[in-house]
Amino acid sequence: MAHESHYKPTSRFGKWMDERLPVARLVHGSFVDFPTPRNLNYLWTFGGILSFCLAAQILTGLVLAMHYQPSGAEAFNSVEHIRRDVNYGYMIRNFHAVGASMFFIAVYIHIFRGLYYGSYKAPREVLWILGVLIFLVMMATAFMGYALPWGQMSFWGVTVITNLFSSINELIPGLGTAIVQWLWGGYSVSGTTLNRFFSLHYLLPFVIAGLVILHIWALHVAGQNNPAGLDIRTKADAVPMFPHAIAKDAVGLFAFLLVFAWFAFVMPDYLGHADNYIEADPLVTPPHIVPEWYFLPFYAILRAIPSKLGGVIAMFSAIAILVFVPWLDTSRVRSSKYRPIYKWFFWLFAFTCLALGYLGAMPAEGVYVFWARVFTFYYFAHFLLVMPIVGLIETPHRLPRSIAESVLGPSRGGGITPATAAAAPEKR
Amino acid sequence: MSKTSFKTFGLGFAAVTLLASAPAFAAEGGGHHIDRQTWAFGGLTGQYDKAQLQRGFQIYKDVCSACHGMKRVYFRNLVQPGGPEFPEASVKELAAQWPNQITDGPNDAGEMFDRPAKLSDPMLGPYKNDKAARAAQGGALPPDLSNIAKARNVHNSAFWPKHVWLMAKDIATGYQEGGADYLYALLTGYQEPPAGVKLADGMNYNVAFPGHQIAMAPPLSKEGFQTYADGSGSLEKNAADVAAYLTWASDPSLNSRKSTGWVVLLYLLVTTVLLWLGKKRIWANAH
Ligand code: HEC
Ligand code: HEM
Repeated sequence: MAHESHYKPTSRFGKWMDERLPVARLVHGSFVDFPTPRNLNYLWTFGGILSFCLAAQILTGLVLAMHYQPSGAEAFNSVEHIRRDVNYGYMIRNFHAVGASMFFIAVYIHIFRGLYYGSYKAPREVLWILGVLIFLVMMATAFMGYALPWGQMSFWGVTVITNLFSSINELIPGLGTAIVQWLWGGYSVSGTTLNRFFSLHYLLPFVIAGLVILHIWALHVAGQNNPAGLDIRTKADAVPMFPHAIAKDAVGLFAFLLVFAWFAFVMPDYLGHADNYIEADPLVTPPHIVPEWYFLPFYAILRAIPSKLGGVIAMFSAIAILVFVPWLDTSRVRSSKYRPIYKWFFWLFAFTCLALGYLGAMPAEGVYVFWARVFTFYYFAHFLLVMPIVGLIETPHRLPRSIAESVLGPSRGGGITPATAAAAPEKR
Repeated sequence: MSKTSFKTFGLGFAAVTLLASAPAFAAEGGGHHIDRQTWAFGGLTGQYDKAQLQRGFQIYKDVCSACHGMKRVYFRNLVQPGGPEFPEASVKELAAQWPNQITDGPNDAGEMFDRPAKLSDPMLGPYKNDKAARAAQGGALPPDLSNIAKARNVHNSAFWPKHVWLMAKDIATGYQEGGADYLYALLTGYQEPPAGVKLADGMNYNVAFPGHQIAMAPPLSKEGFQTYADGSGSLEKNAADVAAYLTWASDPSLNSRKSTGWVVLLYLLVTTVLLWLGKKRIWANAH
């Protein structure tokens, strides 16, 4: 990793290991004396929180898998068995189900943090893209996980979403149907489908874990961004990760756990849908099929487009477009704090995502469709028009000269003026 | 400066989180407004009222079990802590006399046979399968009631600013009793159909039921309610008691979940504060 570790083994075993497999050196360099910007706020604790979420999902999932039966006939019963008969089974299940929602709350905050402070900009493009991949795999994992209890929403959610692929028939007749049947493992959603979803649901978190390792590796090469969007240049700009950043991460994590526990112990079903307590029945379609809350903005985009294929393309593009953000944003300043115009657009975009979430939960009719189209338009316009154009025309505020100055005030030296080339696009 | 921009960010995200949890409230086609009741098991520290669960079970047994089974509830559950906690001996007797016997076997002659239920058996309904139930109920299916309180909810179909406000309020107050509120509203919701509404054959008018036409005849009414051992009773009391009992049936671990929950929350709160104080000391020389 980029940062040289000041690790000094103290014990004889430590020295012996250090010459053979320097794990301790790696850990020390990455998580103990790694220099972190001294101006990080609590939004930077979400990376650690996400790591916790991933570990928690794997652990609780492991226990659930010991009692769960992935068959069409027994899946629902086995979840009821876990809830009703397994010792502390209800608690493990609530942790896992609520945990998935908390994971998404954390990841959305983490992503919007990156968008606000320009964390995707050079030299963090690969770090950002790895993040987008993680997000994508997280969505796949959560979607398959939601199928497992085999309730009405599980079954019909899987039916609706897998059926989307049949829209490929509009391009190549027959191909869509073939893909859908291949996904299902038959001619309809059945226990076979459930079985393969379980297999994948168990696999994907480990794929995420691998991606997270790369993500953190890239982070430690590029170094952390920060609210000022400046690089660490001198010692005064940084504090060692231990104890400073770790102490802050611990506060953030526990505050997050407080929210987590509120949902897990007081209102475990609030974030889910009541219909999923009814066993899957292929003959009874629920009046409203809605995905889990964290998919709603994308679901709204899917339904906003009048053509089925178009909707599917728009939905996947809404995620894929994130990959290009480092090149769509033309501003030379990272942090929105110093971007008087873009800042407003950022909040408009955040509102757009909220609004799409709300509309995704509403029936696709009347005025809801109209607004879903308006917000879908802005969703894409934000990336394709606002990001490139605002970066070119905006005059950013004066930047502090250093991270240290942004914390301690200009008394420690005057700032630089972005002066002459006020609105010049970033040079690459 | 950094503080304020962080605050705006934080507020923005609080809003994101709240709004994002919309599905629990997906509008259910202009549903009827359902009044919220006060429940012993509501809120952060709520626990089931044992006497109420016992009364509720009595209503289930004397009225609802004529049509509805509860196949995920076992007689032994009626004895366990956190539920109605009937004495074991009386539940054994109850199981033995339960009219819907357990099909067991095959016996040594290779035949299936019916035998009386034991503590370890489920509380079955009168019908062997859904087809038999529909045949007996004029085509309608009386659902198994084991999970009914979790499988129903009330819906927030308010205009969006109010919708968001109600959602925030529900999260802050830990509102999770939608199932019980719906059941209470259903059981007390039978009325004469308003002028102009034509009921289909065998249907009854109910304000709480989606679509308002329900095949279940009023199981309880203003005149026809159950009286308890102490001679009291009313439609409202019956409805509340059986709704509480059904909530327990679908969520038998609520007592232990909530009694653990507030301790966990308190622990996390104290630890968060301590960690924050520690963090402040560590950072004291860095600002
Ligand atoms: C005479 C038979 C009968 C009795 C007694 C009866 N029910 Fe029902 N119940 C039905 C039928 C039939 C339905 C299906 C109604 C429909 O789908 O229109 C039903 C449906 C229900 C539902 C589902 C409503 C919904 O939201 O879908 C609930 C809850 C319910 N009954 C509760 C009770 C309770 C509690 C009692 C006892 C107080 C009771 N029932 C007694 C026949 C009965
Ligand atoms: C399993 C999910 C994820 C885990 C465990 C994870 C973990 C981390 C960790 C530990 C950090 C460093 C601490 C921090 O800055 O908060 C980090 C930083 C970062 N993450 Fe993630 N992350 C995840 C998902 C994502 C996603 C989905 C994205 C974007 C689409 C993303 C983008 C970033 C960026 C840009 C940084 C650098 C931020 C900065 O230094 O300003 N991450 N991540």
